[in-house]
Amino acid sequence: MSERLSISTSPFLHAPSTTPRIMWEVVFSLIPVFGAAFYYFGLSAVLVSLAAIAGCLITEWWLDPRHGEALKDGSAMITGMLLALCLPPGFPLWMSFLGGMVAIGLGKIIWGGLGQNIFNPALVGRAFLQSAFPTAITTWDLPDGRYLSPRGTNLALPLWQGTPVDAVTTATPLAKMKFDHDPTRLWDMLIGNTGGSLGETCALILILAGIYLIARKIVNWRIPVAILLAVVLPTLVLYLIDPQKYPSPAFMVLAGGLLLGAIYMATDMVTSPLTPKGLWVFGIGIGIIVVLIRVWGGLPEGVMYAILLMNAATPLINRATRNRVYGH
Amino acid sequence: MIFGKKHGLNERLLTFRHGVHPEEYKELSDHCAIERMPFVEMYTLPLSQHLGAPSKAIVRKGQEVRRGELIAEPASFVSVALHSPVDGTVVSVGLVDQPNGQMAPGIRIKTDPYSPQRMAETPIPDPESISVGEFLKAVQWAGIVGLGGAAFPAHVKFSIPKDKTCKYLMLNGCECEPFLTADHRVMLEYTRDLLDGTRILQHFVQAERIIIGVEANKADAVKALRQTAEEMHFAVEVIPLQVKYPQGAEKMMISAILGEEVPSGKLPIDLGALVTNVGTIAALSQYFRQGKPLIERVVTVTGTAVKRAANVLVPIGTPMREVVEYCGGLTSKTVRILLGGPMMGVSQKTLDVPVVKGTSGILLLTDREVQDLDTYNCIRCGRCVDACPIFLNPARMGAMAKSKLWDEMEALNVMDCFECASCSYVCPSAIPLVQSFRIGKSMIREKKAREAGK
Repeated sequence: MSERLSISTSPFLHAPSTTPRIMWEVVFSLIPVFGAAFYYFGLSAVLVSLAAIAGCLITEWWLDPRHGEALKDGSAMITGMLLALCLPPGFPLWMSFLGGMVAIGLGKIIWGGLGQNIFNPALVGRAFLQSAFPTAITTWDLPDGRYLSPRGTNLALPLWQGTPVDAVTTATPLAKMKFDHDPTRLWDMLIGNTGGSLGETCALILILAGIYLIARKIVNWRIPVAILLAVVLPTLVLYLIDPQKYPSPAFMVLAGGLLLGAIYMATDMVTSPLTPKGLWVFGIGIGIIVVLIRVWGGLPEGVMYAILLMNAATPLINRATRNRVYGH
Repeated sequence: MIFGKKHGLNERLLTFRHGVHPEEYKELSDHCAIERMPFVEMYTLPLSQHLGAPSKAIVRKGQEVRRGELIAEPASFVSVALHSPVDGTVVSVGLVDQPNGQMAPGIRIKTDPYSPQRMAETPIPDPESISVGEFLKAVQWAGIVGLGGAAFPAHVKFSIPKDKTCKYLMLNGCECEPFLTADHRVMLEYTRDLLDGTRILQHFVQAERIIIGVEANKADAVKALRQTAEEMHFAVEVIPLQVKYPQGAEKMMISAILGEEVPSGKLPIDLGALVTNVGTIAALSQYFRQGKPLIERVVTVTGTAVKRAANVLVPIGTPMREVVEYCGGLTSKTVRILLGGPMMGVSQKTLDVPVVKGTSGILLLTDREVQDLDTYNCIRCGRCVDACPIFLNPARMGAMAKSKLWDEMEALNVMDCFECASCSYVCPSAIPLVQSFRIGKSMIREKKAREAGK
């Protein structure tokens, strides 16, 4: 017998897509989103992003039992990038770094690593920062063309809140609407010329990235569509009842983190349901909670809590929306 | 809704829901006309080449046999006869190597090098003038089994239970496994045999509709079948189906064409459907018209590790090594040898096993095509859920299998899984899903057998 034969069981063909490839493609799709953030907020956006990403990667490397192997799958990179996108540009770098550590440590590793977590890790990090540093995370700089100087409290020393470099801050469109009934111009929100987190600004680029990911079948279209429908329809009814009191549907969609959440956060495969029916339930749930919080709640923005709440409901949704098996 | 324009068929293509689209690789051999394998020195015929009871040998060592002569009888109803593929001498009746890796009883025959290898003359009944019972017995004694791969005795399938009727006679020409082209060539080159065999079967089952389902990538076969049927004034529907794996699974073909589901644990005949592979029906005609029992079959020899891809008419019992040598031999040192297609085929540890009745293809792959992928945790992407043609949740069942929770797997209907491997094919984390379901299914079966034995 001369030939060397190799034995295993079928199938012997495999689809080209692999988990690292999916993850790195998401990373790739985020580059233009970061481009917009850097364009509007300059150096401070770069610094905040690097700090958050470093926090994630270092924690992943440190807590991974296979030291560093897990970094290759790209998922920690995504978490870091997404966390950065929901932080304000003037945020202290050490907090950003800490947020990254919490996102990976408490958001992912503690559950058993990739694929095992219930909540979106980036949002776990963001929720931690929101409750630990409520002031810093709601201080928004205006995109004002300062590229090379750090903003706000970027350079605060670890464990200190820091004093702002300057005081040119603004409110986000949602806060302006909620507390002052002052709607921001839709065009400004579309191109991103407003105050907000790094990824909450340029709606246009987010929409394009979303279309790309849907076309590549990395994002399931049902989630963003369900979220947007569940936000737009109730808002439209309210708006038609009283256009003075309630924001317009277009405003609701373009303002705040809704697009970022609908395209990048809620669509995290790990923390969203498996079946088409489940995806609709999940997306509609998020949309309704967003409207409830934004319109009647005490906070101006509710995307983060809406997604985290529906993340918690995902195992239940999976159970309730099982496919009917062929022939049963 | 997909139209067949791309394939040169100007009509709507039917299909089932879910499924996957692996690369086809059919171009390696789909243009190669069927060629007859020359006779070799030695033939090995395991007595169990079909599902059911092994045949009973009726020859003795040293006995001379003729090509097409009966050498083993069916042992029970679910069992078929076996015939000698050559004129020669029986050299042993005992244990032989089988393609499943085990030794099993079989007959070895040494070819008579001076024989002209003409078929032994045996009286064949005229199918138009015999009863159903005589027909079924003739099929059983002709050694005919399903040539799609499972090798289920054909006469058992053709026996319609008394309380059921056969409304749809369905011929399966999907051949959805990548690489394989044997059925394609049979439909093109044995078109008349195939339609004639259908007519013989139809004479006994009296179906309302006769349907041949063919994947649209074999548009030439669709056209050839339609044209020949018209010439023969035979009313068959040739239905092109979307190119999608596993379109050729019985249940999927029924869903696609009839729009009905076979209830769990039931058979197609419960819906009035009799589904059979095209090659089997061609063999039926070749027996009744030409007097040739099942002593040879068309085998696709393909893959990048073989010099020359081909569709070869191989006598049953030919050592695979000889078949591969006939096709120019192996090109690469490290190869994977599969029987059947890449999705459901079984890998072999040696070429020194014979071609049997269920061998639809010999696939020789190099390490380039078959890579061992790194496995990652399940990221719950749901691609397996969207691929599973019977709507199981492979991700969840895989997690249960990892913890050996067989009962939970059973509750998730793992026993309905027919192991098409679409889930493993799409899994981006390369989790061995179908592989673990095979284990789970056998554990559950074993447990049931234990409990029944108590």
